[in-house]
Amino acid sequence: MQLRPRLPWREPAPGRRRSSTGILAGLLVLLGAACTGAGLLLAGELSPYTVEDRRSGYTYLSEENQRLQDDDFANPGLLWVEHGRALWHQADGPTGTSCASCHGDAAASMRGVRTRYPRFDPQRGKLINLEQQINRCREQRMQALPYPYESEALLALTTFVGWQSRGLPVHVSIDGPAQPFFEAGRAFYIQRRGQLDLACTHCHDQYAGQRLRGDVISQGQSNGFPIYRHTWQTLGSTHRMFAWCNTSVRAEPYPLGADEYVNLELFVAWRGRGLPVETPAVRR
Amino acid sequence: MAEPRVRVPSTAKQGEIIEIKTLISHPMETGHSRDVYGRLIPRHIIHTFTCTYNGEEVFRADWHPAMAANPYLAFYTVATESGRLRFEWIDDKGTVYATEAEITVA
Repeated sequence: MQLRPRLPWREPAPGRRRSSTGILAGLLVLLGAACTGAGLLLAGELSPYTVEDRRSGYTYLSEENQRLQDDDFANPGLLWVEHGRALWHQADGPTGTSCASCHGDAAASMRGVRTRYPRFDPQRGKLINLEQQINRCREQRMQALPYPYESEALLALTTFVGWQSRGLPVHVSIDGPAQPFFEAGRAFYIQRRGQLDLACTHCHDQYAGQRLRGDVISQGQSNGFPIYRHTWQTLGSTHRMFAWCNTSVRAEPYPLGADEYVNLELFVAWRGRGLPVETPAVRR
Repeated sequence: MAEPRVRVPSTAKQGEIIEIKTLISHPMETGHSRDVYGRLIPRHIIHTFTCTYNGEEVFRADWHPAMAANPYLAFYTVATESGRLRFEWIDDKGTVYATEAEITVA
């Protein structure tokens, strides 16, 4: 493999980005941090990129990538948002209905939705994530075929729905019926696996902020998913990320959509509670 | 996938320099990458981009495999008259992606 020259890494201060236009963002962060500390962050208010000791992946990005994520035109994930918007209004299945037929204007009906997933589904007696919820609506309400996991259509709709919650703090429920699945997710997170015999916690808790070869390890938060990842040159879901991480430690990945990954998704979402939804985030 | 994204100011003054931003979804395969089985993925890139302003070509770009996937292009042109801007991307397979935008020039 050929080596390519890299820009020198500049470690950003936690919660702040070094940008000449970042003064307002810095003030917002300070205000948000102050409000969070005092428990005054109102529901629906924009959330800062760092909450207590939890850091969004945004704080590990280079300035160029932070600008790309914030660009309301050039963020490549917005291509999927637009595709999702088109699908939202497109009728499918024998009933001739679309998402819009029941849910109307997504900006109103889907606001805050992504902050609560994965959630416990009483119908199936286990957790359900956003992708699976979209497919369930398709199967049960529209009598349409579910989209395959990680298909362009499902990614587009998940990103479009997630986009409606941009800036809102992640706030999943881990008590009541969700509790045993949350514990299963936590057990997965600390379980060693693969030829390299590593658990998620080793990189993302123990070595977060330190280097893995040329890369700086993040905390592995999921508040930006589905993300536009430069490594993939496309948009990807949390399950694709989990499968990638598992493969990276030379462990057999679970199939996308597996219960194990949905449980892990709930634990990881809880781990990033309070961080802002950044869908679609840009990551390395 | 979705329509290409284009941002053109809806109005401009006569003779004003305007910035046009474009973004399109495309894999832009270089032809040098390999798949999980080790086979070379064939080259598949957009090789030409053109912008015509009321039928007259005002911008053209020849692209090569160094462009990343989902290419972003921003350029400037002079607002001369009200009308339609047409943007076309042509790739190696001959597929033409096109979109249009209206501009009102005072």
